[in-house]
Amino acid sequence: MTFDDTNRPSWAGHMKRIRETRDEAAFAEIFAYFAPRVKAFLMKSGADSGLAEDVAQDVLVTLWTKAHMFDASRASVATWIFTIARNRRIDMLRKDRRPEPEDLTWGPEPEPDQADVMALQQDAEALGTAIAELPAKQRELVERAYYGDLSHAEIAAETGLPLGTIKSRIRLALDRLRYVMK
Amino acid sequence: MSDINHHLTDALLMGYSAGTLPEAFSLVVASHISLCDECRARLESFDAVGGAVLEQTAAAPMRDGALSECLGRIANADWAPTRTVAKAVGSDLPEPLTSYVGGDLDVVRWRKIGGGVSQAVLKTSKGATARLLHIPAGQQLPDHGHQGTELTLVLKGAFRDEQDRFAAGDIEVADQTLTHKPVAEEGEDCICLAATDAPLRFSTMLPRLAQPFFRI
Repeated sequence: MTFDDTNRPSWAGHMKRIRETRDEAAFAEIFAYFAPRVKAFLMKSGADSGLAEDVAQDVLVTLWTKAHMFDASRASVATWIFTIARNRRIDMLRKDRRPEPEDLTWGPEPEPDQADVMALQQDAEALGTAIAELPAKQRELVERAYYGDLSHAEIAAETGLPLGTIKSRIRLALDRLRYVMK
Repeated sequence: MSDINHHLTDALLMGYSAGTLPEAFSLVVASHISLCDECRARLESFDAVGGAVLEQTAAAPMRDGALSECLGRIANADWAPTRTVAKAVGSDLPEPLTSYVGGDLDVVRWRKIGGGVSQAVLKTSKGATARLLHIPAGQQLPDHGHQGTELTLVLKGAFRDEQDRFAAGDIEVADQTLTHKPVAEEGEDCICLAATDAPLRFSTMLPRLAQPFFRI
């Protein structure tokens, strides 16, 4: 792997501090890194700067109030924030509903296994690197899909999407799920 | 459910993850994922791509004082850390569907649409329509082609078309290239959740004339 993550804060650790001790310093660091990215993401999705700012704040408020729902063995903090931002975007910009799948029936396992958390974070890093290193044209297609620029029919018709990048990760995700379901 | 053989397409999963599917399609996707570990894992992977895209989007600076504003909103927010309550066991319907139906299968208000087939249209936003279909065992659905995309999730029983068998949990994704004659298997009535982003086009004259009345 070519990236160096030794100086990278462990956002999962920040989430734990927020959840367990309501740590405002940890929140401030997450806010400083993610709020401007959520705002930019929403502007790419068609929101003006004022609305994007408000919704970005909403997203970070939700991160605090729902911190107990975050499971570091299932998703990276960036992925979790993405799902919150996406749902807020649908509520506010599209005024549509997006039914959610049924929750998995979680066992009595309040603290995920550290090895699982590490594996998931490494996995997310590797996927991030793979996407960052895609040829510009392919990366742009992926971005357009997630900024909401491509309809389902357009995604289905598009042959340039780098689905192999995603598929290599799916086996790991499935193994993890099976483990959780046991 | 472990014996699911027909799954969601990558395009549907990516569209659902990106949040761009019409509500009726999202309902079918969410219902299938509730039953299918494999597609749940695939969705988590597509969500991870969304996380990477978000993280790699060039930051747009927040206005001055945004953090203290945000902490102020947190201090005033009315919240308590609760988990959602587990659903009642023994339901025939995946959880995302129950709120659209208003309960379990026994409260569905079926309307006959001919040939022994009944349907119940579910209320979703425009762009695509969703409905439950009840097909008596051994009964053939009217032969139809598709103008757009049609998703059919089997909830009970099974149906077959010329190529395949679709049983509970299986999803069929059909586009305009497919004209088929699905038949419910003998032995048990078949109940499906179907969504389409175009009106169905029946080959026989009568159902086509009847379409405006039945909202199909």
